[in-house]
Amino acid sequence: MMDFSGAVALALPEIILAVGALILLMVGAFGGDKSTGLVSVGSGGVLIAGAVAAAYGPLGSTFNGGFVADNAAAFAKVFIYGFSAVGVLLGDRWLKRMAASKFEFPVLIVIAALGMGMMASAGDLISLYIGVELQSLALYVLCAFRRDDAKASEAGLKYFVLGALSSGLLLYGASLIYGFAGSTKFVDIAAAVQAGAGQGAIFGVVFLICGLAFKVSAAPFHMWTPDVYEGAPTPVVAFVAAAPKMAAMVLFARALLQGFPGAVGQWQQVLVVVAALSMGWGALAGLRQRNLKRLLAYSSVTNIGYALLGIAAGTDQGVTAMLVFMVLYMIDTTGLFACLLALNRDGKPMETLADFAGLAKEKPGLALCITGLSFSVMGIPPFAGFWAKFYVFKAAIAAGLWPIAVFGLVASVVAAFYYLRIIKTMWFDPSPGRTDASPLDARGVAVAAALFSCGLVVLALNPLDTVAKLAAAAFHLS
Amino acid sequence: MIGLSHYLTVAAILFTIGVFGIFVNRKNVIIIMMSIELILLAVNINLVAFSAYLHDVSGQIFAMFVLTVAAAEAAVGLAILVTFFRNRGDIAVDDASMMKG
Repeated sequence: MMDFSGAVALALPEIILAVGALILLMVGAFGGDKSTGLVSVGSGGVLIAGAVAAAYGPLGSTFNGGFVADNAAAFAKVFIYGFSAVGVLLGDRWLKRMAASKFEFPVLIVIAALGMGMMASAGDLISLYIGVELQSLALYVLCAFRRDDAKASEAGLKYFVLGALSSGLLLYGASLIYGFAGSTKFVDIAAAVQAGAGQGAIFGVVFLICGLAFKVSAAPFHMWTPDVYEGAPTPVVAFVAAAPKMAAMVLFARALLQGFPGAVGQWQQVLVVVAALSMGWGALAGLRQRNLKRLLAYSSVTNIGYALLGIAAGTDQGVTAMLVFMVLYMIDTTGLFACLLALNRDGKPMETLADFAGLAKEKPGLALCITGLSFSVMGIPPFAGFWAKFYVFKAAIAAGLWPIAVFGLVASVVAAFYYLRIIKTMWFDPSPGRTDASPLDARGVAVAAALFSCGLVVLALNPLDTVAKLAAAAFHLS
Repeated sequence: MIGLSHYLTVAAILFTIGVFGIFVNRKNVIIIMMSIELILLAVNINLVAFSAYLHDVSGQIFAMFVLTVAAAEAAVGLAILVTFFRNRGDIAVDDASMMKG
């Protein structure tokens, strides 16, 4: 049994975020709108402090096994909190440009990040549920943050209804698992399943997979994704598309690989079907999208399919591949949304494919960024996305899932069409008019992401591979 | 004698009604909120029944968490619904269709 100070040391990143969020809320509540800038800077600081605490904190498990601080959790948290800080930066600047600054925005991002940290560290069905809900409730509010925008409130409502349904499915699964395995702790559940907890627990895990698949927007549970991506404010989408997916994927891996290592055969089938549907449907449905935000939503459905393939492999190599894939994908998608944020025409955001015609003459730098990031998501070597897919396919083939890896390869060829169409529109079509000057913050993030995905990734791959292997080893797989 | 399976059956029926309430109902978002509540309460019946059956308290603790989060969820949901109503002047499900595709 661990003493209290040991428990606090393990949960330090989350305690920093929780206390920080409450203090910042007080600063905002008493300081009024004048304190918005201070709260934003404070939120960024709190998130970075959380990331540092997660990277250098002690390892172990506490609160009766409900909170696990292992290498996998630390790995996920560093990236989650880092990308949340980028979300605060993009969102704060964007709201300032819209003259709609509110101190609640950065605080909500910190609270969502806290929920994601809990998800990454959940060692128990109760902490799993609390993490998922904390993250989701904050994200529903963020999506409907522009109260006067009809599209945003519709996006928020749809996200809420389908998110609440997915929480219900997840919870029903959790209750069945608890009943048939006799415990809420993943470690005890694993032992009970090994001893033959029966069909009830397997039934429960299928519900749990459905609930989590909703959260990562995997087909056939992706219906909310295009509408939320289109309707919600772009900086919110840039945030929703990156960090929460990482948290949910790590939670996915932990729940299945630590809670149900004895039932790999059963959940692997479900996961393979979900992964195949995501890769296929995301690629096909993306073809007829003319709105870039919707298109990126379908692109995220496809990419989540690849990441799920890593978990479906059920091996150490598979989890490593999933983690590497998610990190590289987060950088690509944040970069692409930052490009969308940087592009406006006559004060209106450019969101449709037609808006992008002739962008290469107008804004060669940003057009180059979009081109590079698109090549990366497509999976053209030697860009980041190629390495991400390479890892996943290698792991899937090693685990004997080669038919599905081949299918994924075909899907990525189909998906390449819609990225190539964007590139063609930007470089070869005539421009409909001048674009506005692009804001420094969004342009900076876009250029940084493009530089990473198109060049630096070659240098970063080795260290990333080393830490991801270390993180995956936390699950004690073969 | 009422046993575990009776409770599980009631919970399963309530859960199914809740899920159908979300998908079949085409009229009113408030009814969707009621369906969500029904799903969460079905889960609570499950948890408490299992907890009593297993003589293990963690199911009841879980149920307490679910109740608390359900209250927070309803608050957030109604708040979003109010902003939706202000923008549209209506809360019919069929009206939530600005975005399609």
